[in-house]
Amino acid sequence: MLIGTVVLAGLALGLCAVLVLTDRLLPAGRDPVAEQVESLLPRIQCAQCGYPGCRPYAEAIAAGDADINRCPPGGEETVRRLADLLGREVPALDTTLGNASMNRVARIDERNCIGCNRCVPVCPVDAVVGVQQTIHAVIAAHCTGCELCLAHCPVDCIDLVSRDA
Amino acid sequence: MLEYTPDRRPTGGLRLPAHKEASTAQPIARGFVPGTLILALQQHQGPPTTPVVRRGERVLKGQVVARARALRSAAVHASTSGHVRAIEDRLVPSVHAIHRTRCIVIDADGEDETRPGSGAAWPKDPEEQLEHIRDGGIVGLGGGVFPTAEKLRPHTPCKVLIVNGVECEPYISCDDMLMREAAAEIIDGALIMRDLLAAPECIVAVERDKPQAIEALLEAGRASGDASLKLADIPTVYPTGGERQLVEMLTGEEVPSTHYPSEIGYICQNVGTAYALHRLVRAGEPLLSRVVTVAGEGIARPQNVETPIGTPIGELIEFCGGYVGDVDRLILGGSMMGYALPNDEMPITKGSNCLIAAVRREVRQDFSERFCIRCGNCATACPARLLPQELLRAARDNDHALLDEFGLNDCIECGCCDVICPSHIPLTEVFRNAKFAHARYQRQEVFSAETQQRFKRHEERKRANVQRGKARQDHLRHEVETDEAARQKAIEAAIKRARQRRGNDSDAE
Amino acid sequence: MQFDVAPGPHTAPIASVPLTMRRVLYALAPAAFAHVWFFGSGFAINFVVATATALAAEAAVLRLRRRPTRVPLNDCSAIVTAALLSFAIPPLAPWWIPAFGAASAIVVAKHLYGGLGRNLFNPAMVGYVVLLISFPAELTQWIPPRMGDLDYQHLGFLAHLSYSLTGALPADITIDALTRATPLDLVKEGLRSAQTYSEIRAGSLFGGIAGRGWEWINSFIALGGLYLLYTGTIRWQIPIMLLVGLLFPATLLWLVDADRFATPGFHLFSGATLLGAFFIATDPVSAAESDRGRLIFGAGIGFLTYCIRTWGGYPDGMAFSVLLMNSAVPLIDRYTRPRIYGRN
Repeated sequence: MLIGTVVLAGLALGLCAVLVLTDRLLPAGRDPVAEQVESLLPRIQCAQCGYPGCRPYAEAIAAGDADINRCPPGGEETVRRLADLLGREVPALDTTLGNASMNRVARIDERNCIGCNRCVPVCPVDAVVGVQQTIHAVIAAHCTGCELCLAHCPVDCIDLVSRDA
Repeated sequence: MLEYTPDRRPTGGLRLPAHKEASTAQPIARGFVPGTLILALQQHQGPPTTPVVRRGERVLKGQVVARARALRSAAVHASTSGHVRAIEDRLVPSVHAIHRTRCIVIDADGEDETRPGSGAAWPKDPEEQLEHIRDGGIVGLGGGVFPTAEKLRPHTPCKVLIVNGVECEPYISCDDMLMREAAAEIIDGALIMRDLLAAPECIVAVERDKPQAIEALLEAGRASGDASLKLADIPTVYPTGGERQLVEMLTGEEVPSTHYPSEIGYICQNVGTAYALHRLVRAGEPLLSRVVTVAGEGIARPQNVETPIGTPIGELIEFCGGYVGDVDRLILGGSMMGYALPNDEMPITKGSNCLIAAVRREVRQDFSERFCIRCGNCATACPARLLPQELLRAARDNDHALLDEFGLNDCIECGCCDVICPSHIPLTEVFRNAKFAHARYQRQEVFSAETQQRFKRHEERKRANVQRGKARQDHLRHEVETDEAARQKAIEAAIKRARQRRGNDSDAE
Repeated sequence: MQFDVAPGPHTAPIASVPLTMRRVLYALAPAAFAHVWFFGSGFAINFVVATATALAAEAAVLRLRRRPTRVPLNDCSAIVTAALLSFAIPPLAPWWIPAFGAASAIVVAKHLYGGLGRNLFNPAMVGYVVLLISFPAELTQWIPPRMGDLDYQHLGFLAHLSYSLTGALPADITIDALTRATPLDLVKEGLRSAQTYSEIRAGSLFGGIAGRGWEWINSFIALGGLYLLYTGTIRWQIPIMLLVGLLFPATLLWLVDADRFATPGFHLFSGATLLGAFFIATDPVSAAESDRGRLIFGAGIGFLTYCIRTWGGYPDGMAFSVLLMNSAVPLIDRYTRPRIYGRN
C-alpha cells in the first residue's frame, strides 16, 4: 500500500516535471490566442465591430469580452472559423453592425469633392490621398471598403462601388 | 542515332486501355478543305493578335489575317482561301476551358488558292529567325500552345532538347501517325530547334507501344547522321508525356514546383511542333493545319485528319462520316484531360489534338460517390507524389494551410487518382475548383496582411503626431511660464496676429 | 448538335468499393470451405449469424444517424467484417458470441468513429478482442480438426445448430470431451512447463509444419491472399512485411535455441498469421496510407504478434498487434509522407 502510494506519487510528480520542462524549454508551437484570432479576421480595420481595429477586437474575443459574430466583412465564414478555433457554437452573424464588404471600395466623386481633407486622416489604411483645397482620390488597391470615411464627408461625395468595376 | 531505354520507372501513373487501334489503322487523311473557318485571335498562351483583314476582303491560303504584336504571341493565318464574313466574338475551346474570344470568320470559296510565292526566306540572324517563327504562327502543338519562338529563347542555357513523342493519353494518336509518316521531317525540325537553342543533346522520347514510329524515327535519325540525336523508348504509362514527368524520366531531375523545365535547362517540344517548324523553314509554309485524331465509338470512320486550323468541329466530324449511334459526350482532347463540349459548332484551334465522340459505355457515367476508404491507390497513382485523399479533406474543409502543405498547386490534374478511386470521388474536379478558391484566398491573405501593416503605420503616425503636438505645446508653455521677456514677446506676437487678421478683414470689406 | 457536358476525366473508373469487398469474399471462400470440412458446420452458422447481425446493426445505426442506408449496405463491407470475425471465433460457440462480436465491430469500431472510411481500428479485430476479453471461456473452446486417426467427435449440422441456439449437446457428449487446446495453446503451455519444442511437436494434433487441419486452412487463406495480390486488390507491402516482421525474429530465435522456440514454419501456418497478413492488416481504412508507411505498419504487426505469442499472456497476438499498430497509423502517416514532386 505504502509502496504503491509512493511509486504512483513519484510517477505523477516526475511526469509533472517533464510537462513543465517541455513547456518551458521547447519553443511555443502556437501563437497566443489573440494573434490566432486576429489572423482569422479580415484585418481590414473597419471598426464595425465597435472596437477601433481588428487587433483590439481580437484581444476582446481572446479575453472573452466580445462575441465572435461582430465582423460583417468577414461574414459567416469568419464566424465559423472563429467558432472552430475557439471550440464554441456557431452564432448567427450580427447584421445590425454594418455591411462593410471586402468586395467593395470607396470612390470619390471628383465633381463634388471640395478638398476639405476630412476623409484623409480617418482612413485607417491611408488609402485616401489629397491635400487641403485639392480634389481627393482613393487608391482602390489599398481601400478595404470599411465605410469609415463616408460619415466624414460634408458633401456626401464618397460612395462604395464594386471592387472589379 | 542511338536508341536507349531510360533506367528509371515512372512515378505513379496508370496503364490505361489505349483505344488507339481504330484511328491508327489507316494513314492520315489529307486534303480536307472546310466550308467555313473560325480563326480565334488568341490561340496561344499570351496576348491576342491584331486582325489585319477587313470584312468582305478576300484572303488566300497562307495569308496572315492577324499579326502578333507582342513577344509572347503568334500570328494567325488563313488556312484556306475565302472571304472574311465577320470579325466577332465566338465561343472557342482553349487549353483548359471554353472562352468567348474575338474570331475572324471566313467563308471558304473551295478553291483553296495559295498565296503566291513561298513567303519570306529563312533568315540568317537568330533574332530574325525567332521573329520568323512567330510570324509563322507556330505554337506548341502538344496542347500547351505556348508560342514556340518564345520557348526557343530560354533564359537559361539549354542542356537537353527533348522532343516529346510520348502520347500517353487514351484515344490520341495524331503524334504517333505523324511520326510514322513524317519521321524525317520531324527529325529535321528537331535539328533546327537544336541549332537555335545551341543544345548539346537532343532526345526524342517515344513510348514503347509505338514500334512503327520508333522504327521510322531511327531510320530518319540515322539518315541525318547527327551524333547529338538520341531516341529514348519510354514505358507506356499515363501521364509520362507530361513535361515535368518526362524530364524526371529522362534526366532524373525534378523540375522545382516554382520553375518551368526551361529554367533548369530542359526544353520540351512536341513532335508536331517540330514538323510545323520544318514546314516553315524548308517550304516557307506557316502553321495552317494540324493533325487531329477523330476517335470514339460514336464516329463512323475514326481516323487522323490533317485539319485546317479554324475548321468547325461539326465539319470535321462530317468529313469522318458523321456520328453513329447515340453519342453521349463530345470530348476535345484525350479522355483523361480533355473536356466535354456542349456543341460541335466551335472550331479546331492550334491546340486541339483529339476529338472523341463517345457513346455511353465509353465514358464515366457513375457520379455517385462513397466515403474514402483510405486505400491509398490515389497516392500510388499520383505522378506528383501527392496524397489526394488528404488534399480532398483539406479542400472540402477549406483548410488553406493544409492545402498548401499537401501541395494543391503541384497537382497537374492528370486524373489518375480519379480513375483509380474505388469510391468514385471526383477528386480532379474538387482540386480544380479548390485551386480557384485557394488562389482567391491567397490574394485575400496578402491583401489582409498588407492592410494590417498599413493600419499599424497609420496608428503609429497618429500617435507620433499627437505626441509631437503635445511636446511642442509643453515646450511653449514652459518657456512662457519661466521667462518674462518671452512672455511679453508672445503677447505682442498674438496682438500683431490679431491686428493683421482684422486688417485683412477690413481690406476685404 | 448539342451534347451534355460532364467534368473530366472521362475515363470510366477502374475500381469500386463493392468490387473490392466482393473480391475479398471470393478470396476467403476456399478457406471457409476448408474450415467447414475440418471443424464442422459451426463456422457456417457463425458466419450467418454474424452477417445478419452486422447488416442489421449497420442498417440500424445508419437509420439513427439519418444517413441513406442502401449504398453503404450493398458495399459488402459489413459482410467482410462478419466473415473475418467468423474465422477468428471457435466453430463451437453459442449464437450470441458472433452476434455480440459483429454488433460491437459495426457499432463501436465502425460507426462510432463515423462509418466506413473513418474508423481508426479494424472493426473485425475490435469485435474479436471485445469477445476475447469479455468471454474468454467461450473463445477458447476449440474442437480438434477432422482427421481420420484423431480422437475426435464429429458433430453434424443439427448438433452444431442446437449447441449454437440452446447450448444443448447430443446426450452422450460433454463439452469437455469435445474441446481440445489449439496447437498455439499447446506450444505456449508446453514451453512454459519446460517441455522442449520437439516434445510438444510429437503430439497427435501436429502435422508436418504446424497444427493438422490448420495447415490446410491457412494454405487456402494464402491462396486467397495471392488472388488478392494478383487482382491488385491489395498491395504487397503489408503482407510481405508482416511475414518478415514475424518470421525474422522467429527464425533467429529458433536458430539460437530450437528447443525453446517454435519453428518459423509453425508460426507461419498457425493461428491468424496468414489471415492477418492478407486479409486483416490489409484493411485499407485502418492501415497506413503511403507505401513506406505500410512497410513499417506491416513489420510492426508481425513483430508484435511474435512478441505476444512468445512472451505475452495470449497464445495468439494478431488482433492485439493489429489494433496497436492501427493506433500508431496517424504517427506513421505523418512521418512517411512522400516528398512532393519538385519540392525539397
